[in-house]
Amino acid sequence: MLKVEEIDVYYGSIKALKGVSLNVNEGEIVTLIGANGAGKSTLLKTLSGLLKPKKGKIEYHNKSIAGKQAQTIVKAGISHVPEGRRVFANMTVEENLELGAYLRKDTKRIRVDFEKVFELFPRLFERKKQLSGTLSGGEQQMLAMGRALMAKPKLLLLDEPSMGLAPLLVKTIFNIIEEINRDGTTILLVEQNAHMALSIATRAYVIETGSVITSGTAEKLQASEEIRQAYLGGM
Amino acid sequence: MEWLQQLFNGISLGSIYALIALGYTMVYGIIKLINFAHGEVFMIGSFTGFYAIAFWGLGFFPALILSMAVCAVFGVLIERIAYKRLRSSTRIAALITAIGVSLLIQYVVIYIRGAQPEAYPNVLPNRSFDIFGVQISSQSLLILLVSVVLMIILQFIVHRTKIGKAMRAVSFDPDAAKLMGINVNNTISATFAIGSALAGAAGVIFGVYYTKIEPLMGIIPGLKAFIAAVLGGIGIIPGAVIGGFVLGIVETVVSALGLSLWRDAAAFIILILILIFRPSGIFGKNSKEKV
Repeated sequence: MLKVEEIDVYYGSIKALKGVSLNVNEGEIVTLIGANGAGKSTLLKTLSGLLKPKKGKIEYHNKSIAGKQAQTIVKAGISHVPEGRRVFANMTVEENLELGAYLRKDTKRIRVDFEKVFELFPRLFERKKQLSGTLSGGEQQMLAMGRALMAKPKLLLLDEPSMGLAPLLVKTIFNIIEEINRDGTTILLVEQNAHMALSIATRAYVIETGSVITSGTAEKLQASEEIRQAYLGGM
Repeated sequence: MEWLQQLFNGISLGSIYALIALGYTMVYGIIKLINFAHGEVFMIGSFTGFYAIAFWGLGFFPALILSMAVCAVFGVLIERIAYKRLRSSTRIAALITAIGVSLLIQYVVIYIRGAQPEAYPNVLPNRSFDIFGVQISSQSLLILLVSVVLMIILQFIVHRTKIGKAMRAVSFDPDAAKLMGINVNNTISATFAIGSALAGAAGVIFGVYYTKIEPLMGIIPGLKAFIAAVLGGIGIIPGAVIGGFVLGIVETVVSALGLSLWRDAAAFIILILILIFRPSGIFGKNSKEKV
């Protein structure tokens, strides 16, 4: 579904990604784990068109999307839930969700998807008319995910959905991620909480200072002594 | 009753400031640029209306709409030609460019048609009503009505339409807006188009109300509208409207006190006071710069 080959990405003159390759197959949950500043978010931003790779290929359904505009990529079926949620705090929950469906013209189906999102996140329905800046962190995360789902993505990019949330809430969010996946959306998940991420993922890539250092099935990485030492707190 | 009269005059003047201030504030809200060429868009609008009425014989409303359309296109051209490429450069570079564009437009207009003023033709019937001892001309009533209707339309566009929501999204967080599939460039252009159309309308209204127009007419109303926008809290749409009305009323009150020579000074004193005591304006929250 998604194939990334040897991409280099720069932030100004700093090389943030060095020859990163990975692929995501339809129906999978693939996770990208690694420390702060390893380049995980940079990779997602490059996939969604906020950053342009200097070198390398990005193919989505065998079509190149490297360096394409963000709107083209959203239209192609990739939605990105950015780090820190980035909800439009000056707008209501409902308006945020409407903006998620910005490129869609099928008004009837949009209404159906509103219902679906509210089913997935009943909390958002309760707070429909509330300004999203007044929501709690967990609710904002739900809103950011609901907003991305309103675009009807085939591939959902999630950046640190657990950041700053209480453990119980993290669990809820991860359950919902699995539910979204069961509904047929492929997921690429970036997480610092490697333990949680590996527990729901099919496969994983470990990224360190801009390069993929190892990859494999989630079970294999969970079992690896090295990974446990470095990312799972030696559990 | 004298006071009520002044209040009404102040509101009429204020509605012109408010229309111009809306363009300032909308553009600032979306690209953080004080578009100092905005006063010149107002001037172009005024002249477009003048030629439409005096030479093509159009009525007030057709001239108003034509002038709004011309200004919308003109505003987008300014943005695409002068500002777009500066979007990632420093804000001071864009600001200086805006001043440059402002001077360029003024002097190109003088070069083309000369600096002589024109007398705006009288297109609106002018009868006076006496309400509670206040002399209200049908003309100023109509002008006020037109301004208020335009502001209501703007409010509707910004809050109820897709492009309005896109504008608010881009002004809040351009990158997040991109992730929604919003075309940021087109949204910025739409903002310039709408803001400039309002300035064009203000130009025609100004011409009808004050009857004398000339190529440098945009400077002072432009600065005053800028003050109005800062007064209300720059980037905040209702703030620009309130700021415009407050400024208009303050100016007429100062004149009514027999200090008409101090009228312009009063506006700038307000600017200085606001910048010292409440830089974020009446409606602005004290927010830290985003890093």
